[in-house]
Parts: sequence; structure tokens; C-alpha cells
Amino acid sequence: MSKRVAITGNEAVAQAMRQINPDVVAAYPITPQTEIVQIFSTFVADGDVDTEFVTVESEHSAMSATIGASAAGARAMTATSSQGLALMWEMLYIAAGLRLPIVAPVVNRALSAPINIHCDHSDTMGARDSGWIQLYSENAQEAYDNLIQAVRIAEHADVQLPVMVCMDGFIVSHGMENAELLDDDVVRSFIGQRTPKHSLLDVDRPATFGALDFADWYFEHRRQLAEAQTHVKGVVLDVAKEFAKVSGRSYDLFEAYRLDDAELAVVVLNSAAGTAKEVVDDLRDKGMKAGLLKIRLFRPFPHEEIVAALAGKKAIAVLDRADGLSTMGGPVFVDVRSAMYDAPGPKMVNYIYGLGGRDIDTEQIAGVYWDLARIAETGKVTSPVTYLGVRE
Amino acid sequence: MAQVLEIRWHGRGGQGAKTAAILLGEAAASVGKYIQAFPEYGPERMGAPVLAFNRISDEPVRVHCHVANPRIVVVLDPTLIGKNDVTSGVPEDGVYLVNTNLTPAEMRAKLKVKGGKVYTVDATQISIDTIGRAIPNTPMMGALIRATGLMTLEEFIADTRHKLEMKFRSKPEVIEGNIKAIERAYQEVQSE
Amino acid sequence: MSANGKEKGWKDVPIGGLILEAGSSDKYETGDWRTYRPVWDQEKCRHCMICWIYCPDSSILVREGRMVGIDYKHCKGCGICAHECPAKCIDMRLETELEADRAEGAGAGASAGGACCAKSGGEAGGK
Repeated sequence: MSKRVAITGNEAVAQAMRQINPDVVAAYPITPQTEIVQIFSTFVADGDVDTEFVTVESEHSAMSATIGASAAGARAMTATSSQGLALMWEMLYIAAGLRLPIVAPVVNRALSAPINIHCDHSDTMGARDSGWIQLYSENAQEAYDNLIQAVRIAEHADVQLPVMVCMDGFIVSHGMENAELLDDDVVRSFIGQRTPKHSLLDVDRPATFGALDFADWYFEHRRQLAEAQTHVKGVVLDVAKEFAKVSGRSYDLFEAYRLDDAELAVVVLNSAAGTAKEVVDDLRDKGMKAGLLKIRLFRPFPHEEIVAALAGKKAIAVLDRADGLSTMGGPVFVDVRSAMYDAPGPKMVNYIYGLGGRDIDTEQIAGVYWDLARIAETGKVTSPVTYLGVRE
Repeated sequence: MAQVLEIRWHGRGGQGAKTAAILLGEAAASVGKYIQAFPEYGPERMGAPVLAFNRISDEPVRVHCHVANPRIVVVLDPTLIGKNDVTSGVPEDGVYLVNTNLTPAEMRAKLKVKGGKVYTVDATQISIDTIGRAIPNTPMMGALIRATGLMTLEEFIADTRHKLEMKFRSKPEVIEGNIKAIERAYQEVQSE
Repeated sequence: MSANGKEKGWKDVPIGGLILEAGSSDKYETGDWRTYRPVWDQEKCRHCMICWIYCPDSSILVREGRMVGIDYKHCKGCGICAHECPAKCIDMRLETELEADRAEGAGAGASAGGACCAKSGGEAGGK
């Protein structure tokens, strides 16, 4: 039986990795991810897993080794944060382009400069168009559950794409919370064995990986990559359905919290969603029709479902923990607003919050809802993009 | 909002404020509570003022922001009082638990608070007597259990003993010293 | 071309740019990239295999430890073999000149021409 334990996000993710028992893990330490592979390395040393643990000299090498292992047919994982993810950059695209089902927890941390170790989403948001699937997690429980489901999603025959499982640095990675862990055998039977159709070590059916692909076929292979993305949401839902059977916890493409009859909606992802739910409950008690949409699957972007959930609202605020620096708002805002173009109605505004670990509290989020109430009443947007919580 | 007990720990780097918050969180979780335990991460230097937090509730804890208005404040190092505002954001009926050899009345005067409740315990002396080192965090937890009634002393000791046994398997004297420290502080904590 | 005669599209090829056939580069005939053709003088050759070692395209054909010719379907005419040959038995000749010679029926490139279709040397070294 699964049991509820007190655990940090990093510990929960390391436990999930132990239960997944990957063939190969190649990783390099970086705060606040370090603990994950540090804890995992003790499982390797104690013989709790069969994993070949590769210590590398950089994140670029970590991703390179993971790619090589995955191409060789292994179930391969790595983990990183911030600058580490940035250093993996060119290899991220190769992992996706070669259609390798790598799974990597990423602990969200701000990118330099100025140097900062705390949470924001500029690292994974920058990697959003690399072809990786991105799942975002509100708390330790979701990070754990998402990581286990990610293995199935990544390796699904219709998908075959790498998956990033994101959680907030320190807030979730180092904060202790309650989570229910599944039994080892439940996880192992849920994820099963990886059965790659082609692999470098399959000498009976040799295959060339990474061959030159010029103007003659590159476009076709990228078109396949785009096609695979369209299969992702169906697979995410199917895997979630099966996961619910073994865990009792249900997942969707996003969580709609008191959203059905809401007139004012906030869109947010990761840990601030929990804080926002408290605000929604409080404002509902005060008579405001407030609701929340917490995105879980951000890449590929489930635009049809999000539009259906947000259509007809009076005003919507998208909260971004990363700035797009385009002068037209953060990445989540740009996507949501673009998706809503064909569903006219709601006024939409963007709040950039929490950069570099700046706290966001219930009062600030309540302030966003009150702004939305004013916008809904007047029909006027005075500030499309607001920096929430910055010292003026 | 669900009823959530919020605790703020004041200490200095190396005194175990974070560990205390974690151990308390784990102990509360072991009796079925929903918890959070997290430090405020700054530059990590021995001796620098540090903060750690707990949220404890009968329902799942969803908020992920800092604790701004703790109902309970635990001060591991009395030299912080006056230098750091340990009363910041604490409601009128807030509870203070301070590691000091002063009486609660004397400490109340130093804290300059009117309402609420002040508890004191000489956790440093207790830890020197029982563990042999000035590490006040475990005795302070014993005093906190007494002051808050979060759980029974037996429940708390059972969970903490289990944790200590995992960490100090080869040093039984450390385990017994810590347990004694918790028991003594539970008995010796003074209230007004 | 796919089975129905239509040119293959993105749905018809393996994903990820994978090539599922071993040694398929054999089908990619790079011999027509050549400007200069290595012409081998069988009489002067010592069969030292230096050309075989150096050839970057595995285009030196070898049978039972002896050089038997050059794979003109794949040789790109880089001239490394001629440069390295200690016996100076490989001569780099302009393809255009050889073609002109052939057109005159002089048969200047006869020895080379003979090896041109030596793809049959399947056991050629270096593959």
C-alpha cells in the first residue's frame, strides 16, 4: 500500500527515479537540483538500483551521454536546473530530433545574470520550443507522479519524445511536504520495460542514428516531430487514466479549479497555483466568481482544451514566472492569448511575478483578481503587462 | 482558509533551525497531520541569522508563500532578540518560546510584547548536560510540544527516536542524549 | 519512390532521421564528384597497401592481400593515394582529358576503365 510521508520535492523525485530504476543516469550537480542525483547516487552505491551512473564534467556531457544511452536502447535519465539546462541547449534539440524518450526532472531556477539560485521559470521556458514535452508540477506529489507518468508518455509508440518534469526550485525541491509514494512493484509494473523499435546495440537490425539530413529529408523529419506533438495530449490523458487506477490520483492536461462558472480566471503553473487556490476559495466566500487554470502540460500546448475552458470568461490574468523580454509579456501569456484569438470575449492581462525567487503571497494574487474585477466592469485594460511584486 | 498553524524559527546558521523545522514537520506528519517545513535560503554562513518555517494542519496545505504571520515564534538564540525583529508579523495572541535562562516575565519585557504567551527554557544548558554540546534545537522541540500540545510527548519521542536511530546508528549515546534533552525541556519549560 | 509510384513523403520514412539499412552509403555513388581520376599502373605496384590505408573513401579494391583496382563508383578523386604511393604507380589524370582520349578511341585509360566496374570485388578491404 502507498503511504503518506513527509518528504521534500527533491527526495520525492529521487525516490521516483529509484523506483523507475533507469538503465543509465548521467548527471552533473547544480543547485537546486543537486540533491536529486546526490540521493540517487546513494541508491546506486547501495545497490538499490541497477543503474549505470555516469559522472560527467558538464551538463552538455550529461545530456550527450543520456542521448547516447537512450539511442543504445537504454532507459536513460538526467536532471538539471538553470544554467545546467542552458548548457544542455544544443543537445536538447538532438534528443528530441532523434526521438529519444529521455526523462529529466528539471528544478526551476532563474538564469544568470545577475547570478541567482532561486526559483523562476526562465530556464525551462527558454527550452519550450526544443521539441521536449514539458510537464509542470505544483508540489512534491505532482513532481513524483509526473515523473513516473513521464516514462510512459515518452516511450509511447506514437510519441517517442523526451519529457521534462518541472518543479519549483527550493519552494518545492527543498520544502518538506506530504506526499504519497507508491510501492516499488506498483511503479515497476506501471512503467514496464522499454522496448525500443530500433537501437544502436541491436546488431540484428542495425540502424544509423544522427546521419546527415540535408534539404532532401530534414524538413520531412521535422514534420514528423511536429506530428508526434499532436499525439502527446491523447497519450498524456491515457497514461493519466491508467495512473489513476494504481494511485487514486487523477491528472489532466491542466487543472481547472472552480473554473466552470467563474467569470474571472487566473492562469498559472507550478507552486504558485497552490497559493492561488487558497485565494480563489477566499474570494468565492466573498462572492467573487473567481477561478483558476493550472497548466500541467505546457509543451505541446493543449490550446483547444484551454480555449474551451477559458471561453466566455470576462477577464483573464496569466501569471508568468519568466519574462519574455519581447515587451509583450511572458511566454505563457503569449501562448494563451494567441490561442484565445479565435475565441473573442475575455480581456486578457499578464503579470510577471516571482523572478529570482521573489515570494508571491495570497494578498498579491488576490490583488490580481481585484484588478480583473475592475477590468471586467470597465472593459478597459490600462496595463497589459504588470510586474507583480517588484519594488517601484 | 483552512486552519493552519504557522511557526517561525529564529536561529543562527549551525544551530539547527532548519533541522528542527524538518523534524517537527516529520513528527507531525507521523501522527497524520499535513505539514510544510522549509528554511529561508540565503547565503549559508555559520552564525548568520536564519529563519525556518512550519505549517501544520488537519487538511492539505496548498499555499507556497512565506509565512508572514506566524502564531508561534521559536527563538533558538536569545542574542538575536533586539538585533532581529522576532515579533514581526506575529498576531496579538502570538506565542513565543525562547531559549534563555530568563523567566517568561523577564523575557516578555525584553520582547516588548503585551498579549499572547511567553515560554522560556534553558535549552542550551539542557543540551550541554545531556548531549554534551550546545545544540539547543532538540530540547526546544520538546518545549514546543509542551507549549503547543501539537501531539503527545510519547508520539514525538517515538518519531524522533526513529529518525535519530537512522542517523546515529553507531552512536547510541547521541540518541539517548537527545531523547533526554527533549524530555527535560518538556518538563522544565516555564510559562507565565 | 514509394510503392504506389508517388514520391515518398514524411509519413513514409523512419522517424528521427534513422537509416535502417546497414551499409547504405554504398548506394550513394560519389564517383561523379571527381575532377581527377587516379590511374593505377599495375606493373609498378608493389601491393604495399599504403593507398588502402590512406584512402578516406575505402575505394581501393583489394583481393587476397593484393590491390586489384580502384572503385570508381565511390572514389572522389582526392589524390591522397597518388600522393602517398611510394612506388609512384598512381597518376592523377583530368577526367575531361581521359574522356577526350576515350572519344578518340586511343584507350589511354584502359587500365582504369577495367577497374571501373570492379564493384564485384565485394570483399574489398576497408569497408
